[in-house]
Order: sequence, then C-alpha cells, then structure tokens
Amino acid sequence: MERHEVPGASGLLSEVAAAEAELRSAADRDRGGTGGTELAAYFESVVAADQKVEPRDWMPEAYRKTLVRQIAQHAHSEIIGMQPEGNWLTRAPSLARKAILLAKVQDEAGHGLYLYAAAETLGVSRAELYDKLLSGRQKYSSIFNYPTLTWADIGAIGWLVDGAAIVNQVPLCRCSYGPYARAMIRICKEESFHQRQGFDLLYTLARGTAEQRAMAQDAVDRWWYPSLAMFGPPDAESTHSAQSMAWKIKRFSNDELRQKFVDMTAQQAGVLGLRLPDENLTYDSDTGHYRYTPPDFAELAAVIAGNGPCNRQRIAHRRAAHDDGAWVRESAARYAAKRHEEAA
Amino acid sequence: MTEQQWPLWEVFVRPRRGLSHSHVGSLHAPDAELALRNARDLYTRRQEGVSIWVVPAATITASSPDEKDSFFDPAGDKVYRQASFYPVPEGVEHL
Repeated sequence: MERHEVPGASGLLSEVAAAEAELRSAADRDRGGTGGTELAAYFESVVAADQKVEPRDWMPEAYRKTLVRQIAQHAHSEIIGMQPEGNWLTRAPSLARKAILLAKVQDEAGHGLYLYAAAETLGVSRAELYDKLLSGRQKYSSIFNYPTLTWADIGAIGWLVDGAAIVNQVPLCRCSYGPYARAMIRICKEESFHQRQGFDLLYTLARGTAEQRAMAQDAVDRWWYPSLAMFGPPDAESTHSAQSMAWKIKRFSNDELRQKFVDMTAQQAGVLGLRLPDENLTYDSDTGHYRYTPPDFAELAAVIAGNGPCNRQRIAHRRAAHDDGAWVRESAARYAAKRHEEAA
Repeated sequence: MTEQQWPLWEVFVRPRRGLSHSHVGSLHAPDAELALRNARDLYTRRQEGVSIWVVPAATITASSPDEKDSFFDPAGDKVYRQASFYPVPEGVEHL
C-alpha cells in the first residue's frame, strides 16, 4: 500500500518528543524559593516549575477530583470508541485494511487500559470506574455516539476524529500529573498511525470510482461538525477551563485547539481533494488562520445529555460485553486461587 | 459489585539488550503468568521490549514523599563524595 505524509502531523509528533524531553529536563530544574515545608506551597512550587506531581505527593482534593473525572472520561472514550470502528471489522474491503483496522481497535483498548491505570493511581478502583461509566455518572466523548454508516466512515474517523483527538491530546503530554503525562506520551506516539491510516483510506477512495469518491465525501460531510464539537463548548461557556489551566492540567483553551485543528485540516482537505462542508471556510491572511462556522453547540449538549443517535446502543453494548465476559474473569480468578492452594 | 477485583501488577520493560528494566505502567491480572501475557499485549505491541518483569503492586514497599527531606538528607552534606569536590593542581594529567 502506498504511504502518504499527512501535512502537519509530523510537527505534532515532534511536539510529543519535545514534551518527553521537557519532562526529563524539568525534573532537574531548581524550583526556586525555599520550596517550603508546607505541603500546599510545595505542590504549588512543583506545578510552577513545570515538574510532575506524582501519586503519593500531597495534592489539593479538587485537583485529584478533576484529574479522576478527566482521565476516566478519556479512558471511557477509548473503550467506547472501539464500537463504531469494530462495526466494520468483518466488512473491511481487503485483508490489509482488516489487519490495519484490527491493530487500531486493539490500540484503542490499550489506550483505555493505560488511562484506567493512570486514574487508579489517584485512588479509585477499576470496578468503580466501570460502574460509573455504565450508570452514566462518568461521560465519554460525544463523538462516539454517531453511527458508522459506510466504510468511508472508518477513514473519516481516522482523519478527522483521531486528528482532533491528537490536537487535544498532544498538550496533555505536558500535563502536571506524572502518570497521565506519561500515558499521553505513549498514546500520542501510537495515535499518529491512526490518523495516517484514515487519511490513506480516504485518499485511496477519493481517487477511486465516482461512487467511492461520493462515499468519501459523504463521510467527511457527516463527521466534520461532530469532530469540531469534540473540543467542547466555546471558551466563554467552558466550566472547568480556568482552574485546569492554573493547575497545568490543560494548556490551551477549547477555541484555541479548535482553531488549530481547522487550520491543519483545511490544508489537508485540499491534498485529499475532498471538500469540508462549510461555505464560510476561508483563509484570513491577516490572522493567518481559517475562518469557519462553529459547530452546533446545542446538538453537542443534547448528545452529551444522552440523546445522540447511538447513546443507548453504546452503553447497552458495553454492558453486554462486560456481563458476557464475567465467566472468563471468574474462571481465571478461580484457576489462580486453585494454583495458589496447590503451591501452598 | 460482588466480583472480586484481580490484583494490580506493576510492569517493567527492558527496551533493548544492555539497558535496565524501566517501569512502564500497571495492569490487573489474576496471576503472574497472565500478568506477563497481558503485559506483552499491552506494553509491547510495537516491539518496545526484549524482556518484561511483572511485580505484584502490593509487594512493593516505597519511601514516603512526605519524609523525603529527612530520608535523603544524610547524602546532602557529603559533597566530598563528588569528584568535583577536590581541586586538581595545575599540570596533573589523567586524574
């Protein structure tokens, strides 16, 4: 299969490498001041010096809660995110595409597990996290409540959804909480394959038959605005942002990241030869950015509230998968206990 | 929830021959054998390692970050352990 460079993506990968180098060099940095014996002052000085907070360090309770909420939401998104793509595993058009999609879906499971493990370092149990997902007390990304109607949707998810995810996630490699930052570095390195395979898939369809081209365009038309909505509500309405910025959990505002994604993607659409479904999309040479029509935030709110096209189906499927796997977990635990007894 | 949770294991990977094992993350597994297999699938999908250790998290004893100062202080005033503590007279070679 031919390989195509996705413009802009290599820049993001070098940002991940820079975040990793920064993590090491910051550890040697002088925090300045006395450091203090007071716990809160010590925490503040670590964050101010861009060093990492580690699991057994003292941290404000609200910092811990914010991280649990965000990391859990992120982990759940990876796990639920396997469903829309898993939908096409048995119908991939070639063995090569099937192998690639299988590897990608397996990566999503892996990313979910890295993140659950990071959340657990904050003192929550895996069982509690699963329970909160299934009971709706913790959320997952709104994007996974949209259906994958055609094969081209797999390309659109890779290019747009994973593209948006990368723009969101690269700054998290510099998050002040060590286990989350380290998990994100690992995830972002793997995620760039996801975006590239999606771009490659759409690039191939866009150069295929008229029907394949129309299918690719239709997928981009449907996934564009939900992808823009992934960055969350506009800055003025974002509830968690200011405090998260101060704690260096978050580094850029929702609208800044959304703009970055639009700028990257508008250029890539040209290379693909596909049209983004926004008549107002124009390059503004004064600002150096593209102007665009914002997504429908009322729709985003409705999807988050549980009324997207696939919300109920996603949770029902997750619950069934969890329940159907109960016998495996029980047998493995029983077997381990039996071997332990025999050894004793 | 009546289900017993599988124990937590910490995973260490040796990236290449000659390097030491480094901590990469953790996972849940019912026993050591499955922990090792799960670690292979979870942390070395892209040939990130040539050797894996899994250690029950419950068996790790860690120093406390709160007593960091008193715990590591004894090393603080022994600058004479650093080679740079000793002035080297001019003209000395291979020291």
